Amino acid sequence: MERKTVNVTIDGRSLDVEVGSTILLAAREFGIHIPTLCYMDHLSPYGGCRLCVVEITDNGGGKSFIDTSCTHEVKEGIEIQTKSARIIRARKMLAELLVTSAPNVKMAQDIAARMGLLKVRFPMEDNRCILCGLCIRMCYEQMDGKALGFVGRGMGRKVSMPFEVRPETCRLCRGCDYVCPGMMIPCQGVTEPGELCGRCVRIEEMPSCCPTGTFGCFCEQNPL
Amino acid sequence: MRKIKSVADLEKWRGDILSKLKLDEVVISVCGGTGCHAYGCKKVRDGFAKATKKNGDDVQKIRLKFTGCRGFCERGPIVTIQPQGIFYQKVQEQDVSVILSETVGKGKILEHLLYEDAVTKRKLISEKEIPFYKAQHRLVMGNNGLIEPSKIEDYIGIGGYQALSKALLAMKPEEIIHEMKASGLRGRGGAGFPTGKKWEDCRNASGDIKYIICNCDEGDPGAYMDRSLLEGNPHSVLEGMIIGAYAIGGGHGYIYVRHEYPLACKNAETAITQARKAGLLGKNILGSDFSFDVEIAKGGGAFVCGESTALIASIEGKVGEPRGKQVHTVTRGLWGKPMNLNNVETWANVPLIINKGSHWFSSIGTEKSKGTKIFSLVGKAKNTGLVEVPMGITLKEIIFNIGGGQQNGRKIKAVQTGGPSGGCIPASLFDLPVDFDSLIQAGSMMGSGGMIVMDEGTCMVDVAKYFVHFLQEESCGKCLPCREGLKRMGEILDRITEGKGNEEDLSLLEELAEVVADTSLCGLGKTAPNPVLSALRYFRPEFEAHIHQKRCPAGVCMPLIQYSISESDCTGCGACAKICPTHAIKGEKKQSHLILAEICSKCGSCIDVCKANAVMVQ
Repeated sequence: MERKTVNVTIDGRSLDVEVGSTILLAAREFGIHIPTLCYMDHLSPYGGCRLCVVEITDNGGGKSFIDTSCTHEVKEGIEIQTKSARIIRARKMLAELLVTSAPNVKMAQDIAARMGLLKVRFPMEDNRCILCGLCIRMCYEQMDGKALGFVGRGMGRKVSMPFEVRPETCRLCRGCDYVCPGMMIPCQGVTEPGELCGRCVRIEEMPSCCPTGTFGCFCEQNPL
Repeated sequence: MRKIKSVADLEKWRGDILSKLKLDEVVISVCGGTGCHAYGCKKVRDGFAKATKKNGDDVQKIRLKFTGCRGFCERGPIVTIQPQGIFYQKVQEQDVSVILSETVGKGKILEHLLYEDAVTKRKLISEKEIPFYKAQHRLVMGNNGLIEPSKIEDYIGIGGYQALSKALLAMKPEEIIHEMKASGLRGRGGAGFPTGKKWEDCRNASGDIKYIICNCDEGDPGAYMDRSLLEGNPHSVLEGMIIGAYAIGGGHGYIYVRHEYPLACKNAETAITQARKAGLLGKNILGSDFSFDVEIAKGGGAFVCGESTALIASIEGKVGEPRGKQVHTVTRGLWGKPMNLNNVETWANVPLIINKGSHWFSSIGTEKSKGTKIFSLVGKAKNTGLVEVPMGITLKEIIFNIGGGQQNGRKIKAVQTGGPSGGCIPASLFDLPVDFDSLIQAGSMMGSGGMIVMDEGTCMVDVAKYFVHFLQEESCGKCLPCREGLKRMGEILDRITEGKGNEEDLSLLEELAEVVADTSLCGLGKTAPNPVLSALRYFRPEFEAHIHQKRCPAGVCMPLIQYSISESDCTGCGACAKICPTHAIKGEKKQSHLILAEICSKCGSCIDVCKANAVMVQ
């Protein structure tokens, strides 16, 4: 069967990508890295963490806009910037917001480190849940459990089971644990509050915190 | 109620209603808007009802109407008497018998109930003379005072459903859409998207059923025009929706209204039932082969549910959270079907355009913003309430001519437009014409039409803080920048108002605000930093005073102010010492008093009671 494609420009490179593909998948196919957090293959895109934002110019319309690449489908002729100054600034700020709210979550640490964040400007908190919603989608879409959901609004938002009681539909499959970014063993490099060591990405300084001595943040469990 | 099966039926009904009106009848209309309800209009109305029933055998017939909001909420409860056209304000229960015996009985006008012009000190008898109404152009709101919202006969009597019969029988759907496009009507919900274009897109979208939705999830602090319109004239909204459904090819409609608006829910429900009974909703409307029905969908009162995708989720029974709008809701909306969502005010404009033509409508307003807009003028202006003005009128005219200018001797310094998504416009820009584009250029927006007047007693940092905290509470929490970003912005602003801010805070605040606006998922987050950014743009010195001098110029931010008593002005009456809840004021009778700063809770009670104006805030 012939593949139907559209032509898009990502970071100045003209690429033919499959119709119906999202910008994120198209970029990945061609080896262009876009950081993600709440996105996972085989789960529906959620668009909550906003880390995968890209700058889009639609059909030479002049003014560009920012949207998440995980939810935006490719269209003939669109131009995409994944590393413009506006995007980098936004991503850095998002990473900073993320890591200050959950400094002991591995994924948040990694993202912050890769953004080159060494210092945060907000008071640190210690949340374990980053509200990425992966567990909910895993339970709902893959395990057919429908046991989890968000409750509350805004700052009171949390993941919970109906009426905080485990429903019969939950079979204790642990699919939620499996996808949870908060379940990975966090890096111990953070010592001072408000400071991030970031040594995992500064090659000259080998971190002592990395269990195997290799660069833990780039190991197989944490692909970019 | 009769069932209308054709246009002739409708016209006959209208004729019957009009022939029943007696010319010698005195019509007493009591305003039943939400504002007047708070002032006790129900008691006034009941008083009239009881008294007129008692004198039932009077020669002169009296008809009592309980109308929708008339806009001048500051002066409620409002009573008008026709045919003389007398406008009484601040009417209380005890005035009822006097009005009936003196005004209705003897034709005498009661001076003490009339509106007094603040400048000329003249008592004004009719509504038209009052400056608040004089400068307005009440196309949409005007009928509120003429009809009783719970009576379909009243609406038909003033020419209601005429536009519907014209649209259904004399116009093709394409013609209606063309007419809407030519009129230049733009969405009144705030974004200002051209209504005709939206209708066309939805008509062209493929789907077996199309939904027509009216958005009455109004939640801006200080804004209540959609509510008043749906409460006061629900049939005009309904008529607009039926016309829209015919043009778009819609099969089912919803009026999404928050349940905190009980009167709006009730009146809309009544209107739908009446229209259904009369055959104006349901199968084969007016004998044509077009069928359409509407139901009410009640919201739980989440601010974010005014956003189209969150509204869809709410109607579908899910948690009211937005989703990405990569596929527009006109092609894939409610239950995955095409839908057309318009604001209450937009729908209410539709019958007008169909009746009077797009040429007439487009002659009002500016080049890119046509027609009129209802604003809720609140805050520190003298006359507050709902005002309807043509687009392009300057802020000065609204605030000073209609609003009557400053309230209590303090100079007006800014106006906040567009609610939490809008911004503050300083007094130096009051010559700005009010339309969609120029407000956005000034860093604010039209929004749904809130207008909060602020004077020198308002601290702009405090205002920015208030709106950020409001949005922080109303954010659904789905996306990171809105959930965490607004929280951090709130923290920074808290710090500044407590006198703990530093130099970096402002640049951090600005950077954070720009990122939140750039990356948020829905309109709530994207516009959330506007109050902060516009305050920083126009009132930066106030922020700097808080940070560098640890001083609140407006005397609002508690930790930064000090109360003291001027020795020379204090008469030693002791009123302040008596009222002080923390007993922080000491002093002998007839001698100057003193405030003990360490005990003072800064509640401001002493300022209110001091007749000599001796209490100072620094």
